[in-house]
Amino acid sequence: MAPDRINISDRLQDDLPTEHMIVNMGPSHPATHGTLRLILELDGEIVVKTTPEIGYLHRGVEKLGENLTYHQFIPLTDRLNYLSAAMNNVGYCLAVEKLLGVEAPPRAQVLRIILSEFGRIIDHLVCITVNAVDLGAFTAFLYAFQQREKVYELYERICGARLTTSLTRIGGMYRDIDDEWVRDAKNVLPGIEANLKEVETLLTRNRIWLERTQNVGGISPEDAVNFGFSGPCLRAAGVDWDLRKNEPYLGYQNFDFDIPIGETGDVYDRYLVRIEEIRQSLRILRQALDKIPDGPVIVDDPHVALPSKDAVYGTMEGLISHFKFIIDGPIAPEGEIYSATEAANGELGFYIIGDGTGRPHRMRVRPPCFIIYQAMDKLCRGKMIADVVAILGSLNIVAGELDR
Amino acid sequence: MESPTLNRLHEILGEVVLDATAFRHEITAIVDLAGILDALRIIKNDLGFNFLVDLCGVDWPENEKRFEVVYHLLNMATGERFRVKTRVGEGQSVPSATCLWEAANWMERETYDMYGVHFSGHPMLTRILMYDGFDGFPLRKDFPIKGTEAPENRYAPTDIRRNED
Repeated sequence: MAPDRINISDRLQDDLPTEHMIVNMGPSHPATHGTLRLILELDGEIVVKTTPEIGYLHRGVEKLGENLTYHQFIPLTDRLNYLSAAMNNVGYCLAVEKLLGVEAPPRAQVLRIILSEFGRIIDHLVCITVNAVDLGAFTAFLYAFQQREKVYELYERICGARLTTSLTRIGGMYRDIDDEWVRDAKNVLPGIEANLKEVETLLTRNRIWLERTQNVGGISPEDAVNFGFSGPCLRAAGVDWDLRKNEPYLGYQNFDFDIPIGETGDVYDRYLVRIEEIRQSLRILRQALDKIPDGPVIVDDPHVALPSKDAVYGTMEGLISHFKFIIDGPIAPEGEIYSATEAANGELGFYIIGDGTGRPHRMRVRPPCFIIYQAMDKLCRGKMIADVVAILGSLNIVAGELDR
Repeated sequence: MESPTLNRLHEILGEVVLDATAFRHEITAIVDLAGILDALRIIKNDLGFNFLVDLCGVDWPENEKRFEVVYHLLNMATGERFRVKTRVGEGQSVPSATCLWEAANWMERETYDMYGVHFSGHPMLTRILMYDGFDGFPLRKDFPIKGTEAPENRYAPTDIRRNED
């Protein structure tokens, strides 16, 4: 006669004392992008609490900004969100131009749009495919980086550097482009479009991707606004807010493009929003590369921009003006401004207080992913460790911008 | 300065709003420390500024109340932006805005970390960018740009080989 089956787990479940386990996803970890530390409090596999710890890449950018002239600060802005350095340059120079009360010439504005949108494309390509790599899908990453190389070539031709571009100057651009560059830039676009289709074929209807990313890390629109979300993470949650449409700058109102809005704000929605934003950026680029106006690329004001080299080497005024400009920097009025642009991660803002000298009194960078990362605890509660990795990848936390 | 928001704020709060400035089409209201939380609550709930864009500190060492805490706000429905500032001296404490916007959490921690401004009512006011146990507040104007840590003396002068002829 068979003995009665005893279900041990039923008997022990209530009496078994458990305690939460603290696991450290340390600053050096293959799935954390950059040096990020997450202290997870776990109940088995379920995350009870997440405490992010940041500051491993803190370089004191804001303190340095108070001691450098406005021009000397431009290379530091490259290194904020280093995946899309051109967008930081553009955002910073727009802020200083607002403070000084100058406006870049029309050719420079369209060039800034073109280089920003290329920056947005490569940033989103990295975010999506690195998120996929964390979850095991390696191929998309390799395909996307081929296109990133092509955009790197374009950046290198215009400014000499692939990653840390320092493309803009106060009052305009560093250098002008030629027709050959425009032609090659137009030739890069179909490659990116085709590559995007390949990445989508690999991921969008992939059963494993759907299981790993749907209903993971969702957030309601009210919570997203309360947490200060901006950029793709906010739009994926369903809030229609994009600075290119709501507060247009640089002439974005002259171009025809749409803003993708998600529904649930989960990892899958953020992925879809980013894919669609790449498509819309390609649309802007096709329009912009056809309509670059002629003219100078930098404003002709010796208080704001360096004089041209033949003036510096040929005339005494040019030489003195160049010298004073480098030593003193552009003299800003006393006053404070806040200027924001729609960077790849969200609202990148610069709050600059000028004090009548060439160096700012306060140079505050409002980093989008610092504010988004605060919500990590809320997004990960009740999920499993594997979901934490998926959520972290989808928020596009770039340590350079997070810690400054 | 034409600003309906500023006018409403003046109406409701009266002399808590100390001053207001305008520069490059941006309006700033300077609010007394005692009334800052009420002002923020009114701005959020009654005037519709539902998005806290930024919260940071500024150091003006020559002022008696040396720190300024600056709040940047955005009304997503109308697209209007507004700036509110309050002045706080060393040792004084600012009421935390985390009860109104969750976004204020880490921004207040960073202001504490960089300036030493204390926020009362904050759930966890600890250092965020500098390591725990760091001494000093880096963004203050009297903090040296080169830092306070002694430079690492890797090679003592006697170890450097010289051509001794």
